[in-house]
Amino acid sequence: MLTYIIRRFIGAIAMLIVISMVTFGIFFVVPQWAGSTPEAMASRYVGRAATPETVHLVAQKLGFYDPVIVQYGRFAKGIVAGAEYDYGAGVEQCPAPCFGYSFISGQPVWPDLLDRMPVTFSLAIGAALLWVLGGVSVGVLSALRRGTFFDRLSMGTALAGVSLPIFFTGMLSLVVFSYGLGWTPPGGSWTDFTENPAQWAYNLLLPWITLAFLFAATYARLTRAGMLETMGEDYVRTARAKGLTERDVVVKHGLRAALTPILTLFGIDFGLLIGGAVLTETTYTLPGLGQFAILAIRNQDLPQVMGVVLFAACFVVVASLIVDLLYAWVDPRVRLS
Amino acid sequence: MSFLDVKDLKIHFPTDDGLVRSVDGLTFGLERGKTLGIVGESGSGKSVTSLGILGLHKGGRAKISGEIWLDGEELVSAPAEQVRGLRGKKMAMIFQDPLSSMHPYYTVGHQIIEAYRIHHDVSKQVARKHAVDLLGRVGIPEPANRVDSYPHEFSGGMRQRAMIAMALSCDPELLIADEPTTALDVTVQAQILDLMRDLQREFNSALIIITHDLGVVAELADDILVMYGGKCVEYGSTDEIFYSPEHPYTWGLLGSMPRLDREPTERLLPIKGSPPSLINVPPGCAFHPRCPYADRTEGRASTEVPDLAPTERGHLVRCHMPRTERRTLWENEIKPVLETQ
Amino acid sequence: MSENEPLLSVRNVEKHFPVTAGLFKRQVGAVKAVDGISFDVFKGETLGLVGESGCGKSTTGRLVTRLLEPTGGAIDFEGRDITHLSQGKLRPLRRDMQMIFQDPYSSLNPRHTVGAIVGAPFRIQGVKTDNGVKKAVQEILELVGLNPEHYNRYPHEFSGGQRQRIGIARTLALKPKLIIADEPVSALDVSIQAQVVNLLEDLQKELDLTYVVIAHDLSVVRHISDRVAVMYLGKIVEIAERKRLYSSPMHPYTNALLSAVPVPDPKARKERERIRLKGDVPSPLNPPPACRFHTRCWKAQEICKTVEPPLESLASGHSVACHFPENAPVAATADTAGKD
Ligand SMILES: Nc1ncnc2c1ncn2[C@@H]1O[C@H](COP(=O)(O)OP(=O)(O)OP(=O)(O)O)[C@@H](O)[C@H]1O
Ligand SMILES: Nc1ncnc2c1ncn2[C@@H]1O[C@H](COP(=O)(O)OP(=O)(O)OP(=O)(O)O)[C@@H](O)[C@H]1O
Ligand code: SF4
Ligand code: SF4
Ligand SMILES: [Mg+2]
Ligand SMILES: [Mg+2]
Repeated sequence: MLTYIIRRFIGAIAMLIVISMVTFGIFFVVPQWAGSTPEAMASRYVGRAATPETVHLVAQKLGFYDPVIVQYGRFAKGIVAGAEYDYGAGVEQCPAPCFGYSFISGQPVWPDLLDRMPVTFSLAIGAALLWVLGGVSVGVLSALRRGTFFDRLSMGTALAGVSLPIFFTGMLSLVVFSYGLGWTPPGGSWTDFTENPAQWAYNLLLPWITLAFLFAATYARLTRAGMLETMGEDYVRTARAKGLTERDVVVKHGLRAALTPILTLFGIDFGLLIGGAVLTETTYTLPGLGQFAILAIRNQDLPQVMGVVLFAACFVVVASLIVDLLYAWVDPRVRLS
Repeated sequence: MSFLDVKDLKIHFPTDDGLVRSVDGLTFGLERGKTLGIVGESGSGKSVTSLGILGLHKGGRAKISGEIWLDGEELVSAPAEQVRGLRGKKMAMIFQDPLSSMHPYYTVGHQIIEAYRIHHDVSKQVARKHAVDLLGRVGIPEPANRVDSYPHEFSGGMRQRAMIAMALSCDPELLIADEPTTALDVTVQAQILDLMRDLQREFNSALIIITHDLGVVAELADDILVMYGGKCVEYGSTDEIFYSPEHPYTWGLLGSMPRLDREPTERLLPIKGSPPSLINVPPGCAFHPRCPYADRTEGRASTEVPDLAPTERGHLVRCHMPRTERRTLWENEIKPVLETQ
Repeated sequence: MSENEPLLSVRNVEKHFPVTAGLFKRQVGAVKAVDGISFDVFKGETLGLVGESGCGKSTTGRLVTRLLEPTGGAIDFEGRDITHLSQGKLRPLRRDMQMIFQDPYSSLNPRHTVGAIVGAPFRIQGVKTDNGVKKAVQEILELVGLNPEHYNRYPHEFSGGQRQRIGIARTLALKPKLIIADEPVSALDVSIQAQVVNLLEDLQKELDLTYVVIAHDLSVVRHISDRVAVMYLGKIVEIAERKRLYSSPMHPYTNALLSAVPVPDPKARKERERIRLKGDVPSPLNPPPACRFHTRCWKAQEICKTVEPPLESLASGHSVACHFPENAPVAATADTAGKD
């Protein structure tokens, strides 16, 4: 088990290094291949008004003339240990996860990211709870009542859930529930949890449901397929032969085994979602990471884009690491082999 | 009335391809302390019968009719919840493949404890002690340590022992073993058969052993029921079935088997063709397309289902051939050939 | 045993599968699936290979057909060393050596017709046939008891026994000299088993085939073999002519195996004296030292745990690897005991 954990950890770290290289490549190396000069890149940091000499100087100070390896080393060091920037007008400290400074606001990227996180986390965690509970229970019921009206209805709905884009369902729900019926607040409402939990939940209700609907559909289908398989397994027959009640047979024996693939999917989905529920946040104008990413891209704010990309990638890696460890905990055959 | 009495049991499955008559009018009885062997080829309805007795087809697609009396209680018409209460307690089952029949995520101990606590209101500690005792009884070394192992950490033989321990956890009065040794090696099979024989004596339970291996039933059974195409074709005491069988299918089974206890023959005597699909059971006598004596029954073989009728020695045979003709055939033609083997 | 030159000769053949563990997948040991076995197969005979699950029977079969490469020892086919031949050089050899597999369901491609399956060897080996491939295939189908009109049907339309016949037909296409049958009947019903066993025997007579039949069922092996080798944990512990092996087995393990087979004779169950082994077969990853059977052997002495008994001929054509064999001629036992 210990070797398994260690191996997974090493794997995750290697993955992170690769991701950082790729990100670095995309933002610093590819532009050069595409014909961008160090000066052109440096000019982003100093504003349009700067003279060529200043630009040259800044490019030198920022190390754009150095070999790629050296540049990458500096970039990686910035993320791990912080960095010092020297634009010619004095040295600035950029503390540990240093993704640089925004071109637009001049602020370090990381605190901005931190600011946005509660929104995205709130959205993701709430929706995840809903979709896992909803998707799995609908899936289980569908499997147990295979072929009935309930099964067809829920699987039909699930198909719709998978195929309808979120900006459509999102907009529709806004139009109907907020603007039409007035049951939910309009888009863009956000209250911090620490401020007023009830208001927080009330504001997020519609985004949660819309987002959960999208994912619940997949989970329902997956659960149904998994349950149909495990309920036909020999060990489920054994459980029945012992005299277990049908509920225990389904939950403790059938569902327990059917949940493992769902766990894997959940890790990936959740990780991706933390990286930015872009469409949902845009639709409901929530100030989360997704919206942050969109703004950064629209403004061509390179450090911000890079920061959000790296952060999202890290989260996917971490989430899948956690899932792998959970998986080993759930399935003793993985743990002991 | 016997302890277990099955009367005209029918279990049919409606499917897209047609009605599968998996069990089609089965009648037998069994006393405590006795063993019934059910033999037959793949797809003859053996497993469906055993699951049917346990009530595991209830609530499914199966259409069940007939009667199953267990110790004075009728199970076919009983509510599902009542039968569930008997399952695992009064009647228990051992399955063929012990690896796939145990849940891979739970320890062996957990699964035995669970089985015990369904029917006994005791604490986990008490149940755990019981599980350790049982594992020791079925011959697992160091049961106190092995109780926390997972099924995949056991060898095949140990897994089957653990399955047996689980089935015995509530002292069942009826134990059904569906091919309990088919997945095991011969030396381990011998151990398991010994164990089942000893345990049956100890518990005085009624035992049904299902198998396609005539050697296994010869070792354990008091009575034997031969199934073909969902029906019983011959049913009688073990000695009758082995020493004076009267159904051509039973003859065929005996002739197909290479035997270690006799001088080897030049050739085996197989049955031609292959077992029928239960969707399309041949009309009349289900065995007639494969039967070498089908022409001796004046054309009735393919039109009329023979009755299960008693022979002069008292066991039951389902065949149109007149009794005397069957006896002469067996005495003069079949037995001599089999004996020279 | 018409000629003295064996068709197949296996000498000290080993197959160790590496086992890796730890962070860097270092090799930490080896599954000694086959660990130094020797035997000969003569033209026209049937050698039976029996033993419990995991003792290395299938591995042996795949080694002699060179589907696997041995990690040690030598295999000669028709006097030619084929131990380390490359795949390319093996191709012509595949015509002469064929394998029949256990599972008639998974070993046939469900998307190919019977004609395509049975005819494939002709195409692969580029063999010219007198009246075209179709005619040749139909002849073979008839030979194995299938209707030649089945040519255009698919495997799923057939029963288990018929599928096994298709599998056999495929191996016969190129008139092989040696057929290795790995559990050819164990997936079949009793009544069908007998059909296939008879078919194998008929074909042997008709086509002058040589068989190595691998099975765990001792009665089936006795029925079709001329000589029988008993394997335990990657070793051959006893090899003898069929009659001798079954009537006077020498190795304690062979005795135990034979005594464990349930006999379909209810009266005999009371009379039979039984040998019951304790426990299961140990893992081939960590086989017991010296005599591998000593953990389960009721005759085991100190020497069995320290000195490995060699496979020695104690009577004509009867070799056994045991320090204290049963049923051995008196002189022979004294002889081995003296040596140790
Ligand atoms: N749930 C089901 N729905 C439809 N048909 C079924 C069902 N269960 C079993 N059958 C059919 O009933 C027949 C009898 O099956 P059963 O499992 O009892 O055979 P068996 O005698 O136990 O054979 P084996 O030796 O292969 O275990 C088979 O043809 C099978 O396909
Ligand atoms: N490719 C492989 N890698 C590692 N181990 C293997 C491999 N193939 C076989 N083994 C191991 O070698 C041993 C012998 O296997 P083999 O399949 O030859 O046994 P067998 O005698 O044919 O058993 P069975 O009766 O179950 O078919 C087993 O312990 C098996 O786990
Ligand atoms: S009824 Fe006719 S076909 Fe059926 S078993 Fe008897 S003799 Fe054979
Ligand atoms: S060598 Fe010893 S342990 Fe091995 S089989 Fe012979 S008597 Fe038994
Ligand atoms: Mg069955
Ligand atoms: Mg094998």
